[in-house]
Parts: sequence; structure tokens; C-alpha cells
Amino acid sequence: MYAYDEFDRAFLAERVADFRDQVARRLSGALNEDEFKPLRLMNGVYLQLHAYMLRIAIPYGTLSAHQLRRMAHVARTYDRGYGHFTTRQNIQFNWIKLEELPEAMAALGEVGVHGIQTSGNCIRNVTTDQWAGATPEECDDPRIWAEILRQYSTLHPEFTYLPRKFKIAIAASPHDRAAIKVHDVGLRLHRNAAGELGFEVLVGGGLGRTPFVGKSIRAFLPARELLSYIEAIMRVYNQYGRRDNIYKARIKILVHEIGAEAFAKAVEAEWEAIREGALHLSDEMIAEIRGRFIYPAYETLEDRPAELVEALKDERFATWFANSVHAHKVPGYSIVTISLKPVGAPPGDATADQMDVIADLADAYGFHEVRVGHEQNLCLPNIAQKDLPALWAALDAAGLATPNVNHISDIIACPGLDYCALANARAIPVAQEIAKRFADLDRSRGIGRLHVNISGCINACGHHHVGHIGILGVEKNGQEFYQITLGGRADEQAQLGTLLGPAVPYEQVPGLIEDVVDTYMELRAGPQELFIDTVARLGVEPFKERVYAAH
Amino acid sequence: MPLIENGHIVEDKYVRVSDEDALPEGVPVLVGVDRFLKEAEALKGRQAPVGVIWPNNRPIAEIAPYLGQLSLIALNFPIFRDGRAYSQARLLRERLGWTGPLRAIGNVLRDQFLLMQRSGFDQIEAVKEADAEAFDEAVHRYTVFYQPATDERPSLLRQRLGRTLTGAAR
Amino acid sequence: MASPQQQKLKVHGPVAVTANRLTDGAVVWRTRGDGWSADLADAIIVTTADDAIALLAAAQKRDIDAVGAYVAPVVIEADGSVAPGNLRERIRVAGPTFELPH
Repeated sequence: MYAYDEFDRAFLAERVADFRDQVARRLSGALNEDEFKPLRLMNGVYLQLHAYMLRIAIPYGTLSAHQLRRMAHVARTYDRGYGHFTTRQNIQFNWIKLEELPEAMAALGEVGVHGIQTSGNCIRNVTTDQWAGATPEECDDPRIWAEILRQYSTLHPEFTYLPRKFKIAIAASPHDRAAIKVHDVGLRLHRNAAGELGFEVLVGGGLGRTPFVGKSIRAFLPARELLSYIEAIMRVYNQYGRRDNIYKARIKILVHEIGAEAFAKAVEAEWEAIREGALHLSDEMIAEIRGRFIYPAYETLEDRPAELVEALKDERFATWFANSVHAHKVPGYSIVTISLKPVGAPPGDATADQMDVIADLADAYGFHEVRVGHEQNLCLPNIAQKDLPALWAALDAAGLATPNVNHISDIIACPGLDYCALANARAIPVAQEIAKRFADLDRSRGIGRLHVNISGCINACGHHHVGHIGILGVEKNGQEFYQITLGGRADEQAQLGTLLGPAVPYEQVPGLIEDVVDTYMELRAGPQELFIDTVARLGVEPFKERVYAAH
Repeated sequence: MPLIENGHIVEDKYVRVSDEDALPEGVPVLVGVDRFLKEAEALKGRQAPVGVIWPNNRPIAEIAPYLGQLSLIALNFPIFRDGRAYSQARLLRERLGWTGPLRAIGNVLRDQFLLMQRSGFDQIEAVKEADAEAFDEAVHRYTVFYQPATDERPSLLRQRLGRTLTGAAR
Repeated sequence: MASPQQQKLKVHGPVAVTANRLTDGAVVWRTRGDGWSADLADAIIVTTADDAIALLAAAQKRDIDAVGAYVAPVVIEADGSVAPGNLRERIRVAGPTFELPH
């Protein structure tokens, strides 16, 4: 956990006061909607179909039990008793009132939580691996660097009115769980041959209507030069990014139009002028931030203790263990994923009661810490293996132990037309219906790892381009239709999916997905070949033939 | 429109002259970039001060050769959401060494005053009278600043560091 | 469902002007007397593009009561009652199409 100090707390209180004043000016008419909208957006406040929506940042996906409990309180007091975890390590409340927003924000601010820069044309909540600090794979804790970027970017005077939103993600493990190649800036933290810590810098990735995989513009940036280099990127983008067309304003279009090489050259030139300046990070500064992260006081424990070995005789526990428990860097500990995808429920939603249960379990077994991942699941990153049976029993009782992590029913879905003012089609009911078709755990385990991502419009909040199966809702003559893509992936081998064929109406989507899966089961080289590998080996044609013959 | 300088509403001494009109003698003038660049040589001989409105889509580095003959630079916010002039302002101050008056003009609103001040503007031409009157409040809303910018406000990175190095209580 | 910002104002059949209430975001409909109501039954219904444009223009004049006004299709049922005219508007009136978490 990063512990806020008196500076952070003072800033948050000032920010709440600022927003309270802005809301008052809006309600009085001193600000019109055009003037107010960017201000509310930069506090995470949207106006959706039925109500205002408040998006709260969970910086680099790390949350304390105390903070989660406060979110439950906000859900109960100011909303309808639930919240929705998003693909960008945020949580959204869907039914909040403008009049009550300053109060809700003050309640969140008291525990160091806020909606700052979760929307608007600014540097957004910096995201990273939900297993940060716990996984044996990483070269350093990426949250240190995400926190440095959070501080740097908060209310940045120069970069608050960029051409468009700006998303930065950091990965520190060879396996990328933060989807860095589809962000405006992706940072791959690694050590060079000399053992020094630094970043590979990728720019111009992104989804939306013009998806791109990011391009590498620097193979190794010494870690201490992070801020000056980011400032150079931001300054080039702020001046030269397109502002004539909202759909061409993201940095990916600038990089695409002038070319990654020319873009890199402009950045390097700007960087040369500022790299020795005020943003140069000294070892002391880095140590200062690092020192504010509090790590659990791990006990000396053995892997696979007797309690665990005994519990594994229970088939239901063993199934959950095999699916939702992952290796930890400390012997005797595990990382636990909590699926927010119980079959038939809206993906990523948690009730206030469930939030309280998870907060209590984090207190009891997990050093008070909870994580949020871009797959819209939660995670308890530090669980002693001897506590796993008791943890599982409690999760199971609360409906939070569905062992479907990374299965076909572990679907990423945006809120879609059921909530969103931009959407063309629904996403959540499509996800629910697909999950029902694959509710049989033996069947879905047999299928293996398969990511289905659903977006209700071309803005791609459901990351459909990088789903192994991607589903995009479109509108045709007032009806909901869905385009299917295959072969996308968001990891270190990120690539965009290939269109399978013509869009199909709402009712046909679940059946079509079943046909795609059946085709895979027939065509795969063996149980070890994942869906994504079969598509890579054969292309989409065999799927297309089978699926469209059936429909 | 009220002009704010160093926190006070002041009279604008500059007369804004269009490209077609003759320049009035003996008074400070603010002219557009096209006219300025065309007449730059002739304007050197002028006794009264000359300011230029530099558009936000022209690289600010191109102003460098003219800094010596300018008394005012105005940067434009065609709409408050268009933030290009923040970068121009910082480059003028930090890269090109401009120490003269730097004015924000256009769709300039209260909630951007602080950002403008932090980016190096010392003159702000507000759209709304009420905003101008609230200037002091608007730029003192925050006492905590995370990142270094053009202004003299200390940034948190360094404040925290100072505290650590002096061994103050955590 | 084309979002209202993208929709060109073509009127085929009955339409109303809708928006979200400033204070709480609730869905409201333009009524007689330059007012807004949360009940679609109170809405002014028009059937020509000219009337719709006039209704919308009046609604947009003052953005302190309701925001984001646009023209939405409605249908007149056999019993004379008014119902939302497409899926998007049905969802705005009735809420999400699945059971909410509880």
C-alpha cells in the first residue's frame, strides 16, 4: 500500500472544496454546461442515460480494506447498493446525484480515494499489474513508478487540456497483465544487460475506432529519467496532436500520421532540452516514494502446508484452487483472484455487501489489501496458503468463489446501452447469455483459457479488439447487431482481432459463439493448444466457414 | 474584458489593432502575428511598445528572433479546452528566456487561472467580470502542488525530499 | 441506436424532446409551459421536423433545469398512451434490461 501523507490529504481536501464550488456555480447558473462538463469530467463525473455516473480511481489497482469499505458505504448511501469495476482499475457508481456528489466525494476523500482525472482530456489513472509487489515474475514493483507518475500528472498545469485523453500503463513482468501495448504510452519496466532498471517506451497504442498496437520509440530509458521523458512526449503531443477532429485527436493518430521515427525524433529533441532539469529523479526522491509503500510483514512459512493439502481433497476447493490461486514471491503465500463474473451477473459488478465481505477477508487474511485488475476481477495479493481453505469458504458463501478465472465466462464487458450515453448496443446481457451457455464448469475448463471481450460501441471500452473472441455492438436500422473478431490479445504478444464475417443480430450472438468454440474444440491440435493458438495457426477462415454455414 | 496583472484588475494600456488599420502613434499596440512578421523590420523603429498575438498553432520557437523588439506576448485560447498555449507559455519562459509580460487571451475562464499562472502567464484577460473578481480565490484554492512548473511554487517531490533529508517526522 | 449528437433531425412520426435533469440526472421530457416532467405522459408530442426543431430550440435556451436536450422518437399506443420509440429510449425510461445487483 502507498500511504498518503499530509500533503496528499491536504490536496484531496482542497480538490473536494474546489469541486464543491464548481457544482455550486453550475447549479446557480454561473457556469453553463459547456463550461462545467470538462470540470466535472476531470473529477470523474459523467452524465449517462439515466443518471450521473461517478468514476473513482483505484491508482495502480491497489486498495485498502478500509477504502473498499468506504466504497461500499458510498454505494449504499448515494447510489443503489452496488458498484462496477472497470477495465482501467476504476470503480463506477451509476446512480449518483449531482447535488450529492460533493458529499460523496468528501466521504471518499477522507480515506484517500477520489475521481481525479478518471475522465477528461488529461493524463488518466495510471494502471499496472494487479499482482504488483506479490508476483515472483517482476523485476521491480511497478506501482512505485505509477505513483511517481500519479503525482507528476495530478493537476498538471500544462497537460490538463490535451487534444484528447491520455492513458499510461506499466508492466514489470515478462507476462504483461496491464495491456501496455494498447495504451497511449506503455512502459515495460525491465533491467538491461548491465542490471540497471529502466523502461522500454511504447507510444501510440490504443483501441477505439482506430486501433493500433503501440510502437517502441526507446528500448531503454533509465528509470530515473522517467518524468522528463514523459514530459517530452506530452509536450510534443500537446502542441502537435490534432484538435480539428475528436476522432483523430489521440496520440496514436499523430504517431501514425508522422511515423514513429519522426515522433521519436521530436520527443528526443525536446527531452535533450529538459532531461537535466527539475524532473530529473534523484535516488533520494525515488527512495522517498518507495519508502511510502508499506509491504506486508510476511511470516516464514512453507509452501503447501498441511491445512492446504488436506483441503485439496475437497473437489470444489481443489477446483477453485487450481483456477483462482497463483504463485507468490514469498514461500507459503499465494495470490488469489476473486471472480466478479458469477454466471448470470453483470461482469465486474459487486454489491456493497460483497465489498464489505471482501474488505473483512482482506483484514482477516490479506494484510488489509485488495487489488483490481483490468479483467474486471478483484484480487487478494497476499494470502497465507494455510488460510486458503477458510478464505474460500467465506468467499463461496458470499457468491465470490466462481472458479472461472480466464474461462470463457470470465467476460470483459463495458456497461453498454443499458447505462452508457455513447453506446449503440447492449453488452452486459450478451455477456450474461454467453456465460449461461458455458455455465458447466467441466465444459469451460475443457475449453481452457479463452477471453471474450464485449463493447457496446466503437469506443471499445470493453476492449473487443484484443479479446480472443471480440464482440462489437453496432446499430443497423434501429436494431442491435454484433461484429465478431477472433485472435485478438492484450498481453506481451498484443494483436488486434480479425473480423470473422458479417454482423449478426442480438439473438444469434450466443449461438454463434458456441459454434466458434465447437469449431475450436474440433480443430485444435490437442487439449494443450489454446483457442488463441488455434486461431493463430489456422486463421479465421475455418471458423468463418463453419459458423456462417450454421446461421 | 477585465485584465488581471499580478492579481489586480488593471487598465489595458495596449490598443489592439487589426491588420488593416493604421497603427496609432505614441500608444502601445497589440497586433496579430501576420502583420507583425510582415512589418517586423519597420516596427523596430517605432517609439511606442509593440506586442504580438502569437497563435497557438504556430511553433513558439519561431518567435525567438523577435523577442528583443517585443514588449508583450499574448497567447490565445480559442476555446478553454484547447491547451496548446500552456506549452507555448512554458517554452517561452523556460526555453526562450522571455521575462516580459505574457498574457492569456481568448476563452479565459476562472477554473484555468491557476494553470495559466503556473505555466508562466502574468497577465490574464478574463471573459467574465465575476471571474476576474474571484482571481485571488481561484489561484489560492490549492496549497499543494505535485509537480514543478514555471512558477515559483515548491513542488511536492522536493518538499517531501526536504523533509526526509532533514529527518522531520513522517 | 445512433446517439442523439449524431442524429440528423428527420422526423417520421411522433417525437418528444428529452433531456436529463441537472440536479440528479433523471430522465425528463419537455412539457407545456416551458417545463420538464419525469413522466413521459406529460410530454409535448410533435410530428414535424419544424415543430421538433422549435421545441428543441426552446428547450436548449436555458440549460440550468435540464441538460443535453435532444429529439427522441415516441410511439402512441392503441389506448392513446405514449411510449418510448426505440430501445435506447425504452432503457432510459425503464432502466437496464437485466436484473440489477442487490
